[in-house]
Amino acid sequence: MELNQLTALQLGAAIKAGEVSVAEATAFSLERIQAKNPENNAYITVLEEQAMARAKALQAGVSDAVSPLYGVPMALKDNICTKGIKTSCASKILGDFKPPYDATLVEKLDAAGSVTLGKLNMDEFAMGSTSETSFYGATKNPWDLTRVPGGSSGGGAAAVAAGMGWYAVGSDTGGSIRQPSSYCGVTGMKPTYGTVSRYGLIAYASSLDQMGPIARDAADCAAILDLVQGKDPRDGTSLNGEYGALSAGLTGDVKGMRIGIPTDCFGEGLSPAVSKAVLAVAETLKSRGAVVEECSLPIMQYVVPTYYIIAAAEASSNLSRFDGVKYGWRAEGFEDLTDLYNKTRTEGFGSEVKRRILLGTFVLSTGYYDAYYKKALQVKALIARAFDTAFSKFDLLLTPVAPTTAPKLGESLSDPLQMYLSDIYTVSVNLAGLPGISVPCGFDEHGMPIGAQLIGAALQDSKVLHAAHAFQLDTDFHKKEAR
Amino acid sequence: MSWEIVIGLETHVELATRSKIFCSCTTEFGGDPNTHCCPVCTGMPGTLPVLNQAVLEYAVRAGLALNCSITKYNKFDRKNYFYPDLPKAYQISQLYLPVCRDGAVPIKTGAGEKTIHIHEIHMEEDAGKLVHDPWIDQTRADYNRCGVPLIEIVTEPDFRSADEVIAYLEKLKSTLQYLGVSDCKMQEGSLRCDVNLSVRPVGSAEFGTRTEMKNLNSFKAIGRAIEYEAKRQIEAIEEGKRIIQETRRWDDNKDASYAMRSKENAQDYRYFPEPDIPPVELTEDYLTETRQGLPEMAEAKVERYQAQFGLPAYDSEMITGQKALADFFEAAVVLGTPAKLVSNWIMGEVMKKLKDCAMEAADMKLTPPTLARLIALVEGGTLNRNTAVKVFDAIFAEDGDVDAYVREHGLEQVSDTGLVQSVVEAVFAANPKSIEDYKAGKEKAFGFLVGQTMRELKGKADPKVVNDTIRTLLQEQ
Repeated sequence: MELNQLTALQLGAAIKAGEVSVAEATAFSLERIQAKNPENNAYITVLEEQAMARAKALQAGVSDAVSPLYGVPMALKDNICTKGIKTSCASKILGDFKPPYDATLVEKLDAAGSVTLGKLNMDEFAMGSTSETSFYGATKNPWDLTRVPGGSSGGGAAAVAAGMGWYAVGSDTGGSIRQPSSYCGVTGMKPTYGTVSRYGLIAYASSLDQMGPIARDAADCAAILDLVQGKDPRDGTSLNGEYGALSAGLTGDVKGMRIGIPTDCFGEGLSPAVSKAVLAVAETLKSRGAVVEECSLPIMQYVVPTYYIIAAAEASSNLSRFDGVKYGWRAEGFEDLTDLYNKTRTEGFGSEVKRRILLGTFVLSTGYYDAYYKKALQVKALIARAFDTAFSKFDLLLTPVAPTTAPKLGESLSDPLQMYLSDIYTVSVNLAGLPGISVPCGFDEHGMPIGAQLIGAALQDSKVLHAAHAFQLDTDFHKKEAR
Repeated sequence: MSWEIVIGLETHVELATRSKIFCSCTTEFGGDPNTHCCPVCTGMPGTLPVLNQAVLEYAVRAGLALNCSITKYNKFDRKNYFYPDLPKAYQISQLYLPVCRDGAVPIKTGAGEKTIHIHEIHMEEDAGKLVHDPWIDQTRADYNRCGVPLIEIVTEPDFRSADEVIAYLEKLKSTLQYLGVSDCKMQEGSLRCDVNLSVRPVGSAEFGTRTEMKNLNSFKAIGRAIEYEAKRQIEAIEEGKRIIQETRRWDDNKDASYAMRSKENAQDYRYFPEPDIPPVELTEDYLTETRQGLPEMAEAKVERYQAQFGLPAYDSEMITGQKALADFFEAAVVLGTPAKLVSNWIMGEVMKKLKDCAMEAADMKLTPPTLARLIALVEGGTLNRNTAVKVFDAIFAEDGDVDAYVREHGLEQVSDTGLVQSVVEAVFAANPKSIEDYKAGKEKAFGFLVGQTMRELKGKADPKVVNDTIRTLLQEQ
């Protein structure tokens, strides 16, 4: 059996059927990691012994009753807390921090029989669009090692693309699952805000952060979300609802589904190759009976500044706890308390994180709060309203994920503002708390993957997955393998 | 020129909920350092606060009892600052929409009655404590108190004297204790008060520059600090100096306050809405239910004690001044003890003892059945009242078995008229001069003879029997 050809669900089925053991699958992944991690740096921590021990223990429990992903090896972004396992946020400041608790999501996956291969590289504190700001070095795109994998969940997207695990869990504050998924030719979904507990996700911007799957296809994403979604008493922002039936909804039937194409997302700055590939998604869905129509979403011009004000403001507060007093890394040779704070934070944070902390501190300061933060909250409400209006007409919106395919390493960080602008198609989804998925929909002239984004109304995650799945029934972009 | 003192108070009260405001750790005072905490209240990365609904309920109860209007749409905000006792580096508090506003507290002082207006009450979390160990020259953090729920009660600048401040605080403390919202123990820090004070010429409509005093650990300290600060400001102004808006720390040992930090270069707390806690909306039904669920408060008890037990108004007010005393009173009365006798004991011996021991009524170990038994022994003639006070003094600290104590110490009252008569005769024989004096009309001599007799009987005699016997025998002389 060609293990690498299987999706997570197919591997789960093979494990249940006794065609492959959990240990075989785990060993296969670990070998791939050993071979490929030195070149793409997708993992920060690899849990070889732990994963093999876990695989052997799980094998004894294989039965028809276990979850569809039982025994499937996967990995977690390194901002997701894992009990006793280093959780670094790819930052120097967390040092060898080992949380004394698991994230709720980790507990749920654990209960469903997951095998954790390791912790994945990312932009420091999830701030970045390239996975180059990691203290542990940049992750590289498996399709072309001279290019970035996107970010901030670049390690997850690269790992899945390179077959170093069947799926990954990332976090998405402004596109951090969808954009690297698009750059790496895999399927990644940010579910509706509040449907996956944030307990144990080290916060970047609390009102926007959401964890979600990065996998081979939409069906795998649905299966993962079925395991991890749900109200959590430890997260007051998690939502009540009916969960667990996303997989069951993937019928492939999109007849009568109304899909809107916001023309504001296909204008200036969008690469023609991306534009063409994304619009072709509409044609495919149309051929299955969907109704496609153009629409307008002029609020898009405000989403990037709004996002960077809100995210930076929350980050400046969330990251204040990293002060060298309680855990993680502490600077040496300090004079007094203020000096301890200054030295630890000066030496412990990278420049992109500092930039956002400074920006956030500024917009929350007395005298600037009303002009920036308060106004951004007002625009955020307008953005949510604009989407509400759109979803009164459409079931889904189709947009690009990013204006281009993966840039070369080092190109983006030299111009942070340009990098921020490239988040235009993804950040609005976080600001409005909506579900959004990135599905592979083509390749550019360099052979680099292109992703299309399908956005749904809040709590309409099933429609998003449903359409993505239908598209993938007719296409094989998601089946193409990186080198 | 004569000056008017203007004071506003900010009072922090720790709520008596079982668990902390955002996690399930205990709120119990004390404990070994860092034993009452968890990843949430120590602000570990990735953890999230979840609002303890009891905190909101307690705050609403306090607000209703203090005649506030209640905010229906409740939100929290973050107050950001760096300090090692604040592990998240922000305090979750309420800036924009405090849970209660516009309250009114009636107070009484020697100068008359007055209403103190409450500006707002907001909910927030307490910080931990830093303990400096001079032996190793290290400061250590204890996070047990982190996340203990607080309400901060902010008054308008309505006070004009220390008396008014103390009367308000007494009233506040009593009200919160009746509500069961807080134990209000200043020595354990569950009631902490900051005093904002300024002075202005009498008749002036404008406020002077105010200072804020912290570290006031008793009502006594508050009174003295107000006196000190008013005097300091008046003297400064009269010397032509400017009052600086600053925070001052009261030093109880030195009876003086010192500038801690100037407000003019105050920190910017960068408040913003707390994104981890969704807004909580209170319904009209919830407020009605909470209002109906409020316990009987002091004012209602004062009325009831007069009507039901026939207590004088003065007694009723004294006893209901502290919830623990009112509870004690009611428990003793339920046992069948006459209300006025219980009241006399509480207002006399009990309050005196509490004052002497600088103790809160709530911490008293003496139980109502013990006092009830003591009163019953006096009423039944087994103890005379003076002996009963001695018994009370002996068992007050730890409580105890009144009957056993009386037995062991042989304190039963002597009512044996034969014995009393023989002792009186002996006293007469030893003091012929006093008998002459008495006959000569000196009433004082009678008292002397009673005293001598009581002394011979070790104070245990029934005073009525002694009096009657001496009077009879004197007439026979």
